[in-house]
Amino acid sequence: MALFEAKNVTKQYGNQLALDNVSISVPEQCIYGLLGPNGAGKTTLIRIINQITGPDTGELFLNGKKLMPADVQLIGYLPEERGLYKKMKVGEQALYFAQLKGLSKAEAMKRLKYWFKKLDIIDWWGKKVEELSKGMQQKVQFVTTVLHEPKLLIFDEPFTGFDPLNTKIVKNEILFLRERGATIIFSTHNMESVEELCDNITLIDKAKTILEGSVHEIRSKWAANEYDLVFEGDVKIEGNGHYNILKQQKDNNKSIFRLKTTGDINTNDILQTAIKSGNIISFNPALPSMNEIFIRVVEARN
Amino acid sequence: MNKISVIIKREYITRVRKKSFIIMTILAPILMAAIIIVPTLVMMNQGGEFKKIAVIEDNSDLFKGVIKNTKDAEFVYLENTKVEDLKKTFEKAGYYGILYISPELVNTPNAAYIISKKQPPIGLLQYIENSLKKEIERQKLLAYKIENLDDIMKNVETNVSVQTKKLDESGNEQGTSTGIAMALAYILGFLMYMLVFIFGAQVMRGVIEEKTSRVVEVIISSVKPVQLMMGKIIGIALVGLTQFMIWIILTIGIVGIVKTSILPKSGITEMSQTMPQNLMSGNQPVAGKAQTAEMSPQLAEFSKLFDSAMHQRWGLIIVCFVFYFVTGYLLYASVFAAIGSAVDNETETQQFMLPVTIPIILGLMVAMGTMQNPESSLSFWCSMIPLTSPIVMMARIPFDVPPWQIAISMVIMLVTFAAFVWMAAKIYRTGILMYGKKTSWKEMWKWLRYSG
Repeated sequence: MALFEAKNVTKQYGNQLALDNVSISVPEQCIYGLLGPNGAGKTTLIRIINQITGPDTGELFLNGKKLMPADVQLIGYLPEERGLYKKMKVGEQALYFAQLKGLSKAEAMKRLKYWFKKLDIIDWWGKKVEELSKGMQQKVQFVTTVLHEPKLLIFDEPFTGFDPLNTKIVKNEILFLRERGATIIFSTHNMESVEELCDNITLIDKAKTILEGSVHEIRSKWAANEYDLVFEGDVKIEGNGHYNILKQQKDNNKSIFRLKTTGDINTNDILQTAIKSGNIISFNPALPSMNEIFIRVVEARN
Repeated sequence: MNKISVIIKREYITRVRKKSFIIMTILAPILMAAIIIVPTLVMMNQGGEFKKIAVIEDNSDLFKGVIKNTKDAEFVYLENTKVEDLKKTFEKAGYYGILYISPELVNTPNAAYIISKKQPPIGLLQYIENSLKKEIERQKLLAYKIENLDDIMKNVETNVSVQTKKLDESGNEQGTSTGIAMALAYILGFLMYMLVFIFGAQVMRGVIEEKTSRVVEVIISSVKPVQLMMGKIIGIALVGLTQFMIWIILTIGIVGIVKTSILPKSGITEMSQTMPQNLMSGNQPVAGKAQTAEMSPQLAEFSKLFDSAMHQRWGLIIVCFVFYFVTGYLLYASVFAAIGSAVDNETETQQFMLPVTIPIILGLMVAMGTMQNPESSLSFWCSMIPLTSPIVMMARIPFDVPPWQIAISMVIMLVTFAAFVWMAAKIYRTGILMYGKKTSWKEMWKWLRYSG
């Protein structure tokens, strides 16, 4: 069942259409990627989900019920442009945000201690925010986002500002939260992390949905006619009626070819021809990276 | 509602804990009390130490005996003495200074001067100038050869001191002091102006801080923008009221302490002698207690001023002040919040500040005029127009405003402030999420009509 659904959402600012009939459906305990070039309308959609702004038309459902103002307790949001009160102390500030999400002071205190210890920032409790490094501030903000144990978490570029080690820590925390039952909407331009984390995605460009589905299916679909063929040593092959060579490279005493088949052809046929050219090390369907798909899909529309 | 109180609490506590707040809260009443007390004490004890002044004329005795001695100063007319000779020794001879008068004085106004080590008090200078002026006038009149001139002059001499009496509802005369009402009008009008401006601007800065540090987006994913805005405005208003209450209590306290320690007869001399001198220049020696007897009428005057101040309708003043502070502040603060939301940093606020500042300044100016003429139609209308009424009405109230006028003014104020808060909330809601674009009035007008 879908934990969150947006149906035919349209939003207009003045003359500018920010979202045009966009629908998404986020299954429970899924990590859902929200992708798109800058200015595509992702932030608008996220703000609508957070009820920061309302849609002009369209409906939103959480747990099958219409999204209500009180549902903000069930949502945790880490905005891309994040900030804290610079002059306020870390602990006080975290308490403040927790109370705004409806936690009692005592409960918030208990959970904050747990998370601050877990992320190794407990020593910073009494420090002012302006004394913290950017990565530290990000951690504090991450904690305030997840503290009220929301069913739906929305992370907008959660890894910017983190070093690789902290990126890994936060990634694991996100996976851990999913294990514990949270559903996550994840917006990023980092396609590697999409491949790594996301189950499903929606790609929005110029206010419209242009691609959606599970990451695996999308990659397979785009890979339908492409294969990677690797030979040992220095080998030359040329395209024929069955396939074209998209690109080739030599690397570490290997020759790597990306083939695109033309029409219906059995992969064995390809191998039979190729086997004559040299010693084959591997032959795989080439899954295009999400990066490639992103670029191709968006470029095709321009 | 619960969330608003969390916001109010944060806004309140972070501000009240600031050092600048604590310092201002303590310092201001001391200054206020000083403003009330010091001039009174100075008036009571203008002369200070007793002065002996040598008067020297150049080859004439035109002004001999013209300047009469007073209780503060003695004028010793020296003949056959040169200024040059006395210049070095006058202090040793016990003189405060030398007054030199040239016979040219009749024709040249600045042909007299006084030499002294210290700056002579204005009162003394005025006294000397007056005496010389009268003498010259007398001598010029003499030239017309009018008979019995001296008698005529004596006959003509008049002293005027206008007393004010006011009729109350039942037709009884009340002794009032216009001075106290004016001072009160001035203080109330100005206080209102300062509070609205200072705390309104604080709201604006708070909004800008939240916007530029991007905290706002996290917060409004938890609460409605309107809640955040109102929480901030109310929190800061409470800071203002807290400060105001402490100011009142401390000022009354300080003034009260000074009053009770001056007025009982035992403490009269010492306080009135030492206080102003210590305040003005600590090194002057304390003069003798000879003037105790002469102080009494002045003290009575001082006491009368206090009584007149106490007879003001403080209940009405405080109720009105709180009402106008709250509504006037809410009105302006919501405008300030809207402005803060529309800009990316404080320097950009300039273009929006001007139209907001003008009515406040106008209000203050009319309030000043009100003190001269509380019943003028300009004052009346400005105490009705909600943008100026908090300041102008407060300046009018010490002069007794008919209750129906206060009531109408308050109703207009309530309606307008509700409308302003509503509009400001709409602009704020859109503005806080807009970055990087220079906002214009036209743009803000468009935001007003956005749906949600």
